[in-house]
Amino acid sequence: MGYVAIKGGSRAIQGAANVTEALRAAEGEQGVPLTISTIKNQLRLLTSRIVSEGGLYHPELAALAIKQSQGDTLEAAFALRAYRSTKPRLLETPVQDASKMRIIRRISSAFKDISGGQMLGSTHDYALRLMRMELADESPEHFRNIAKKFMQSTPEIALPDSFPKVVDALREEGLLANFSADRVGHDAFDITREPLSFPAPRSAGLATMARAETGSLLALAYSNMRGYGDVHPTIAELRIGYLPVMLPHMVTGELVEAGEVLMTECEVVAMYEDDANGGKPTFTLGYGACFGHNEVKAISMAILDRALQKGMADGPSNPSEDSEFVLLHIDGVDSMGFASHYKMPHYVTFQSDMDRLRTTQKKHQEGRS
Amino acid sequence: MSAGYNFGFMDEHAKKEIRRAILKAIAIPGYQVPYSSREMPMGRGFGTGGLQLTLSLIGENDTLKVIDQGADDSVNAVNLRQFIEMTCPGVDTTTYLSEATLIQSRHRIPEVALKPEQVLILQVPYPDPLIVVEPSEDKRKMMHGEADYARLLVKLYEDIVKFDEITISHRYPTRINRHYVIDPSPIPRWDVPKLNHSPALILFGAGREKKIYAVPPHTLAEPLAFDDVPFRVEDFSDEIGNRRACVRCGSRESFLDEFTDETAGKVYQCSDSDYCDGQLAKQSGKEAVYA
Repeated sequence: MGYVAIKGGSRAIQGAANVTEALRAAEGEQGVPLTISTIKNQLRLLTSRIVSEGGLYHPELAALAIKQSQGDTLEAAFALRAYRSTKPRLLETPVQDASKMRIIRRISSAFKDISGGQMLGSTHDYALRLMRMELADESPEHFRNIAKKFMQSTPEIALPDSFPKVVDALREEGLLANFSADRVGHDAFDITREPLSFPAPRSAGLATMARAETGSLLALAYSNMRGYGDVHPTIAELRIGYLPVMLPHMVTGELVEAGEVLMTECEVVAMYEDDANGGKPTFTLGYGACFGHNEVKAISMAILDRALQKGMADGPSNPSEDSEFVLLHIDGVDSMGFASHYKMPHYVTFQSDMDRLRTTQKKHQEGRS
Repeated sequence: MSAGYNFGFMDEHAKKEIRRAILKAIAIPGYQVPYSSREMPMGRGFGTGGLQLTLSLIGENDTLKVIDQGADDSVNAVNLRQFIEMTCPGVDTTTYLSEATLIQSRHRIPEVALKPEQVLILQVPYPDPLIVVEPSEDKRKMMHGEADYARLLVKLYEDIVKFDEITISHRYPTRINRHYVIDPSPIPRWDVPKLNHSPALILFGAGREKKIYAVPPHTLAEPLAFDDVPFRVEDFSDEIGNRRACVRCGSRESFLDEFTDETAGKVYQCSDSDYCDGQLAKQSGKEAVYA
């Protein structure tokens, strides 16, 4: 048993923890504690955001993180990310085939009709953002019947196992460049095991963006959309669904389905470019993908991926094309931590600042007299 | 859902990776070794880089001291110490510098000289001294490689032209072993000379910026200066030129924090609380632990 040094600060910390916990339960006797299932289901898009920004696909732990952080998304993603640090990396997954995704929504803004069909699925895009006052006092009976009624009135249709990718059709037509043979199957950069250094490979950029903070990605992508950049994207395909995760079997080495993860994937097609090797000009592609259902994040990521590729090729001409600028400032855990750290005492450094200013002021005074 | 944590919180692969980065940092004094910093369950900027170094090095036979702004009982030091106690069962913690084998610190190097068997771990917010003149890391890496610190020296020169003084108060750029210039973390200038030929190993950990660097024992550490404008530490003289004393222990040889006392006006006290306690103990004859 170790000897433990304790002084005044511990009481302050314990007090702060106590009042935070009391506020969580401030509803008092009428209160009902949130269950993990309630958060995971009724706040599914929040849970999506946390699994993606936390960089760990574990919806139950994400829901718990939301509960204990009292709804602070940065804090919740942070807790999940820190939990991740305690787990070893057991293996690298092979490349997963997104055409095998069990689709819940799929759209293209490039073509009216796409092979396999558009599936609107769940979206707020066309909802009127009017306050739904009836939800303020919803009866549990009514609430429990909603999903049941929906299922009863929905005909069962067998969906195909696989939906073709819109970009594959563009590749076949020669409008998009084919995968260059030297890049297929190339080892992906693992940002959790290797430090990011610049110039960073594209896979490192994609991995960094996949777990970036949604708002930060959106702000930088929006700067490109508005005029500090010229990606001018068209969404070739946005798909949301459950992607089967294929892992090699421990004994046979054959790929077996280990489970599935809810993912959002977006491919944007942008203005065409000359082929560097003298081939015909083709459209360019931007790719975005993240855990969970988070369309704004996947679209923002796809735009930034295209912007960064352009910056790598021609040199950055605006912030969203500069990979250091983008990739080092989009992580929620890093940026919120550093913003918070300014609340810590800086007595020593400020004492030193005052020494410099006083000395300089004194010299200034002496120079005048 | 239960969370059983490994000794030292991080998995063993992570700790091994960090120890390798430390060895590289010692082998190339002052060079910033990139590493894949893990997320710690406390804020980036609160000492996660130092914490990862501590957790990778600490073993059951170690005695740990954690200080923040010179004090063992400041909120952040307490928080870090409690976390390490929780995740490293069996490890001893102390507030006495003389007892510690590992010392994790933010913004200060203890007043009393370190011993060869001790390791000092400093928490670092900005690892690169060149950031004030060059925002791109890619370009900074080249400048470090070529020991090209011309723009940094120009910045110091411009300060002298403009203010007749070098205005850098803390994080004073310091050249290690005649090549790499480091940001010695936000220690005051007062502490910079302690880096030079330190008997103890000094490690620097920047968690958010994912860098580790070191000043190995008995290594040359020179703050950047000019022949005619020498490096100067903070001045604690009063209006008539006398050295101010700590209001608590009376020391005239320590870095002082300035307070405003409602009755006494401006008062000064040792920033290093363990040193201050040691001075008081000496005066009352109870100094065994401060040997």
